[in-house]
Amino acid sequence: MNSKHLLLGDEALALGAINAGLSGVYAYPGTPSTEITEFIQLNPLARERKLHSHWSANEKTAMEEALGMSFCGKRALVCMKHVGMNVAADGFVNSAFTGANGGLVVVAADDPSMHSSQNEQDSRFYAQFAFIPSLEPSSQQEAYDMMAYAYDFSEKMGLPVLMRMVTRMAHSRGVVKTGEVREQNPVKYPEKTRQWVLMPSNSKVRYKELLADWDKCREASENSPFNTYTDGPDHSKGIIANGIAYNYLMECFPEGCPFPVLKISQYPLPEKLIRRLVDECDSVLVVEEGQPFIEERIKGMLGTPKPIMGKLTGLLPRTGELNPDFVRKALDLPELPREEASQVVMPRPPALCQGCSHRDVYAALNDVLKEYENPKVFGDIGCYTLGWLSPFNAIDTVVDMGASISMAKGAADAGQHPSVAIIGDSTFTHSGMTPLLDAINENNRMVAIISDNLTTGMTGGQDSQGTGKLEDICIGLGADPAHVRTIDALPKLHSELMDLLREEIEYPGLSVVICRRECIQTARRHAAAKAKEAAKK
Amino acid sequence: MKTDIVLAGVGGQGILSIATILGAAALNEDLYIKQAEVHGMSQRGGDVQSNLRISSSPIASDLIPLGGADLIVSLEPMEALRYVQYLKPGGWIVTSTAPFVNIPAYPEMSVIEAELNKWPHTVAFDMEEMAKEVATQRSSNMVLLGAAAPFIDLETEKIEQGIRTVFGAKGEKIVESNLKAFRAGLEFAKSKM
Repeated sequence: MNSKHLLLGDEALALGAINAGLSGVYAYPGTPSTEITEFIQLNPLARERKLHSHWSANEKTAMEEALGMSFCGKRALVCMKHVGMNVAADGFVNSAFTGANGGLVVVAADDPSMHSSQNEQDSRFYAQFAFIPSLEPSSQQEAYDMMAYAYDFSEKMGLPVLMRMVTRMAHSRGVVKTGEVREQNPVKYPEKTRQWVLMPSNSKVRYKELLADWDKCREASENSPFNTYTDGPDHSKGIIANGIAYNYLMECFPEGCPFPVLKISQYPLPEKLIRRLVDECDSVLVVEEGQPFIEERIKGMLGTPKPIMGKLTGLLPRTGELNPDFVRKALDLPELPREEASQVVMPRPPALCQGCSHRDVYAALNDVLKEYENPKVFGDIGCYTLGWLSPFNAIDTVVDMGASISMAKGAADAGQHPSVAIIGDSTFTHSGMTPLLDAINENNRMVAIISDNLTTGMTGGQDSQGTGKLEDICIGLGADPAHVRTIDALPKLHSELMDLLREEIEYPGLSVVICRRECIQTARRHAAAKAKEAAKK
Repeated sequence: MKTDIVLAGVGGQGILSIATILGAAALNEDLYIKQAEVHGMSQRGGDVQSNLRISSSPIASDLIPLGGADLIVSLEPMEALRYVQYLKPGGWIVTSTAPFVNIPAYPEMSVIEAELNKWPHTVAFDMEEMAKEVATQRSSNMVLLGAAAPFIDLETEKIEQGIRTVFGAKGEKIVESNLKAFRAGLEFAKSKM
């Protein structure tokens, strides 16, 4: 069943997983990983096979749910953006100890340049730290091909495999040739049962095995079809390039690279291949997308007096994503002739949509807080993060998923008043419920505003796990029902919303204010679908 | 053949529909394609661009280097200017002239027009006006695609085939309306060359 498709890197990876006999994907939406799960949700074969593809509450639950599927012998996929790895880390790191039974692939989509993220952490460090082998594609075709390889390797080694994507691979289309479609695994329980119970007595045994397995994984990297050594006539320099950085390097040499090149797409690092390059060349240039993971390690690994250049030596920029122009400069190649940049262009930052319900919440909140001397508003991750920008300038902090409520609680403990948290509905069920429980248990004087637009908006409108039950969740956690209040977020209710917020700020205990109106983007889509349906009738 | 295109616009304007059609046309022709898009936060009314590369030989980078683009296709005049440093000397700009003003510091239109006029290889027109004249406003992206077509190394019929592939499911009426818009843009660009 060979055919050609034009696919995003995310979609190529998803199709590769389906065709490799996947039984379920577990994920929380996050740019640039969201399209993987969305592709599986809509794929005809995935639907026919009834593959699991419902969104999870957060990355930790996703990671552990997939581990449970792997325990039963089935192939499972976990997808998240890079910062999701921080949430999933407990399950991820410990999954090296339990090992995988059915193939288990964890996708971490990194966002160098922070196109849509709060930092640019590099997920290869997690894989190294946990002793989990990792792969990173340099083309959409590799993203597809690597999935069958990753599942086979995961089952052969009895370990999870990390698949590292970056934004430019996740969100770039290329032509992909697809191959055979494999059946799903039958249910088959682990033969080694002790390692699935991480008590100290078991883990001490398992840790030694894991270190021995790590050597086998390194051997696999030396022979990986994705780690390729290409010799060149000019040995004054040898170049190591990872994943997508390899493309930028080759872009600079349309007629072929004159220097020996080691492309790295499988980890742990292939030490022998690296030694060969260093031995055969006078110096080494490391062209690396992400943090200088390879560069730091080879400096420690080799102890060579030969110069090793890259991000640490300032030849390539230490922050932001690479591009062909940075690589061209590092190679000392002349710039291409080009037109001059225009001087009249103004920046156009993103903004909350016109008609967005978060706008109405911020408008009312700002007007009420003018009545207080030192109000502090703790924000969170989502479209409403844009409330920091003008015209609202409404929030003081944004840190990570759920931190609005926890920080407002800590501030209230410090005596801050008014202490206001603002969080979206999906972020609330992701990581806001547990800090709310803390605040309820101590009846902190603070207001937690849940700006409920009935969806996961920033990533394009995925189902939100708390829809229809936010009041029940808050009351169930122990919030006083008299201070769990709901209002429609509408411009015409501006003064009512102000009054409600003022009353709850004045209340000397914990309040939850749920401001509700559907996301303008999903509302438009739903209206269009309805009109289409009506036209059919 | 090889054509490198920077597609530009404002989040929500729909630059990706143009990329989808060219991608479908190139895939039909068994060509190599790379197309980098922007998703996520900047889609909310910020500047967005897509790098589309079509070639008869393998393409290395998903991103076009500075000075590598043959063509800028933009749904908005200031957004066209944002990427001129990516143009090869003598490369073409095909842009709509209708400004999308959602920032307080948006320059005077006369400034934008004067800047665009500095580039001798520019096709600038109000795509929405033309789309309304010949078809419907919703097909304005196809007017722009038509105006870009003479600068893309794909036969016009192949791009039209791409329009049929992408809009086919929506019925013959929609396909015809989009083809009409495409041809109007094409004729206009030819008159400016």
